[in-house]
Amino acid sequence: MPLRRLFPHPGLTVFLTLFWLVLADSWTFGSLALGATLATAVPLLTAPWWPGKPRLKRPLALLPYLGIVLWDVVVSSFQVARIVLFLPPDRIRSAFIAVPTSLTSPEAVALLAGTITMTPGTLTADISADGRVLLVHALHAPDPEEVRQGIITRYESRLKRIFA
Amino acid sequence: MILDHALTFAIGCFALALLLNLIRIATAPGFADRVLAVDTMTVNVTALVILYSARSGSVFSFEAAVIFAMTGFVSTMAFCKYLLRGSIVE
Amino acid sequence: MTALAEIVVALLLVAGGLFGLIGSFGLLRLKDRMQRLHAPTKATTLGVGAALVAVAFHVWLAEGRLALREILVAVFFFSTAPLSALFLAKVHLFRDIPRDSLPPPGTGSDWASFTPDPPGGKT
Repeated sequence: MPLRRLFPHPGLTVFLTLFWLVLADSWTFGSLALGATLATAVPLLTAPWWPGKPRLKRPLALLPYLGIVLWDVVVSSFQVARIVLFLPPDRIRSAFIAVPTSLTSPEAVALLAGTITMTPGTLTADISADGRVLLVHALHAPDPEEVRQGIITRYESRLKRIFA
Repeated sequence: MILDHALTFAIGCFALALLLNLIRIATAPGFADRVLAVDTMTVNVTALVILYSARSGSVFSFEAAVIFAMTGFVSTMAFCKYLLRGSIVE
Repeated sequence: MTALAEIVVALLLVAGGLFGLIGSFGLLRLKDRMQRLHAPTKATTLGVGAALVAVAFHVWLAEGRLALREILVAVFFFSTAPLSALFLAKVHLFRDIPRDSLPPPGTGSDWASFTPDPPGGKT
């Protein structure tokens, strides 16, 4: 399979080509050729650091997920703004919360960790060495259990459906 | 008309944010807090460059903004690795 | 350019500027070092994102071309903000946060920041 060897990550190659075209802002054959060359070379040169391939069960389900996350980022910023501007600093109840996750693929866990950071009131601070528990810092959480349940029902369940 | 005022307002906001970041860097209690302030600063500068290029109609400042954004992120990562491990390249 | 679109762009610009300001202000006002990570990652990222989308929208309305590059920078910020925050949080855990103020993971293994590298594999 020489074709497979030349393109270890076909999706990444297509993505990098498009990325190059957008960044160069010129939709000509010349940029396409240069972009395609770079997009072939970069996955080949970085292949040692990409041992696995992310397996998506339902790639299209990523789009509504990103929509939800984007909306939550807006909500989250309003919440942080309210806490920063109006809550007296000594009344902010911050807490570290351990959130167990049943996601197994590293890509899914990484996406969950990023989502937690960008969504209301929470920030991923660390992961357990076996990769099964995330350490989450909540900016203002009078009820930690509610935060834990919120993350599991809103994001983790959806990610579980997307990743096989 | 209204757009010009909004653009001026946004530029003013980000400029003020930069000033607050500078105060933060001067008064930060620790090294990590200073890194956070510098990281925020690069983000604010990127926004400022792009807003300024929209105002002046210059095309070339976009590259400056991209380079600022990328070096800002990489330098934050390098600082953090240094603080965590005592070296950057392993 | 229609008046309505102009108002939308203006609102995005104003909101973006205010959020950027709030993010940097939170950096000064919040008292705890972990709390301070929240303000720039969320408020500043959204503020810059809103400003970039406003500029892209403005270019689209004024010149009729899709300003995808500005959107790309916004996407870049949204994907790097969690990483910067995660690494700074790890620095705080490593240097300043007392070990016993953290909850245990509860699965038998410790948090990754306190675990030595496995032989042969560094992350």
